[in-house]
Amino acid sequence: MKIDPDKCVACGNCVPICPMGAISIEPSIGRATINADECVECFTCYRGMSKEHLNPLMVRTVRRVAKLFRFRFDPEPDICPTDAIVPEELAWPRIVRRAFSDPQVPHESTGIHGRGTAEVKTNDVTHRVKEGEAGFVVEFGRPGVGARFRDIQRVTTALAKLGVEFEENNPVASLMTDRSHGLIREDILNEKILSAIVEIKAPTERVPAVLQSIRDLAREVDTVISVGVSARCDSKGNDLLGKVLEQEGYPAYRGKTNLGLGHATATGNSQNAEVRK
Amino acid sequence: MTNTLHRYSEHYAVAAPPHPEPIRDDYIVFAMASKGINDDNLVEKYRTFLRLALKHRPVNIGDATKGGNIRPRQDLNPLAHWRRDHRADPEQVIAEIDGHTTVSAVFDNYEAMEKFIEELKDADLGISINISAPVDEAKRCCDDAGIARHSVEYSIGFSGRVDILPEATTLELSTMCGHGMVSANFAKKMLEWVRENRRTPEEAARYMARFCSCGVFNITRAERIMKRACNLK
Repeated sequence: MKIDPDKCVACGNCVPICPMGAISIEPSIGRATINADECVECFTCYRGMSKEHLNPLMVRTVRRVAKLFRFRFDPEPDICPTDAIVPEELAWPRIVRRAFSDPQVPHESTGIHGRGTAEVKTNDVTHRVKEGEAGFVVEFGRPGVGARFRDIQRVTTALAKLGVEFEENNPVASLMTDRSHGLIREDILNEKILSAIVEIKAPTERVPAVLQSIRDLAREVDTVISVGVSARCDSKGNDLLGKVLEQEGYPAYRGKTNLGLGHATATGNSQNAEVRK
Repeated sequence: MTNTLHRYSEHYAVAAPPHPEPIRDDYIVFAMASKGINDDNLVEKYRTFLRLALKHRPVNIGDATKGGNIRPRQDLNPLAHWRRDHRADPEQVIAEIDGHTTVSAVFDNYEAMEKFIEELKDADLGISINISAPVDEAKRCCDDAGIARHSVEYSIGFSGRVDILPEATTLELSTMCGHGMVSANFAKKMLEWVRENRRTPEEAARYMARFCSCGVFNITRAERIMKRACNLK
């Protein structure tokens, strides 16, 4: 992402909008600029801000006059008045940033928008997490901190040593060069992303040990890790996982509940899924 | 996508109080189909889901690929600074669904969610339906509706560099967009503006909601959080 200096009027509206704090007003040029190393190409500034398409010269003149009289204009805080934010064409490896940061771009590996994972949301039809198993969703960089793949690899290599099973249909797993050792491709290790999810599975009885390992590993990385744990309920809709988490002292207040209302209805092809335009 | 899993509340504070205040105004129901399994007539199923939701007055609805019912506009003129249209447009969400996505409805009370779930059960859309809420409340809803839960996923909170996270009120607001599109700095700015009486909590909540690109930001809860933080009634 970049900011067009010919259009920017340094109103500052985009500065707090950036989830990574990568936008600032550069005093020497009087324009907003983006720190390319910190920018994760999430497109929040470009897509999230409303636009007016005003003439930059006119806006600058009005702002100078108002400033002269110490008037404080109280503009709408989510508008870029001159449409100055411009997406750039992204090449490898930078394109990885957008894939993991912009939720409106589907991941190539899974075809799923957002962070590219279905977790247990579709477990009623995919049966990914079976009885006796626990699914772990380890998300790096959330909330709002961001992460580099180098840190993610530190954890995936340690998890691989524990013998856990990485979910195959997962965007991070698709970028691994050696899944058995949790190794991620070398050329993206320094790329920063808004967040990425690693999904693993382990037998239910190993939940405390795996969670303790994740907690220990989290101390070694320069980001925040958010963890979700899932399980299949029994035929009456009860689960034992909540009690295990409670006994281990984890806060298990909020979560997602798959109601089991999904069932196979498609006849083999999904052509009907798309509206013909 | 785990966009609704880790919504911050004092239950997830590093030093959580012994009896955290329950969250009683944040219930999300969402639907997701799986390719080749139950995605036939997918668009109609998603539209039916959202139309059923609208009967129960959700505070937001959304399509993960297009946005929520209050969105940024690309065609504003300067009058927007004085006469901004803050109205939600749920029909736009429904009309623009065009394929694989996740659709969601956010409710600010248990009763509305429960009635919606009962209707969904009867509608038998065949796509996966999930509740994202306090787990006990979701279970109660399933029990009341005669549904045996299939699977459950618990958020167990945050670890690692939690020292660099913003303060609790900001986190409560910013984590209502799990994809991180509502930045902590913007949430802080909105809180300050409400505190300075430059904007109402209602307006500030709508500014933030526009950045949530899948429509799971809970406008009612955001208003409550800001009123509490700014000692407003």
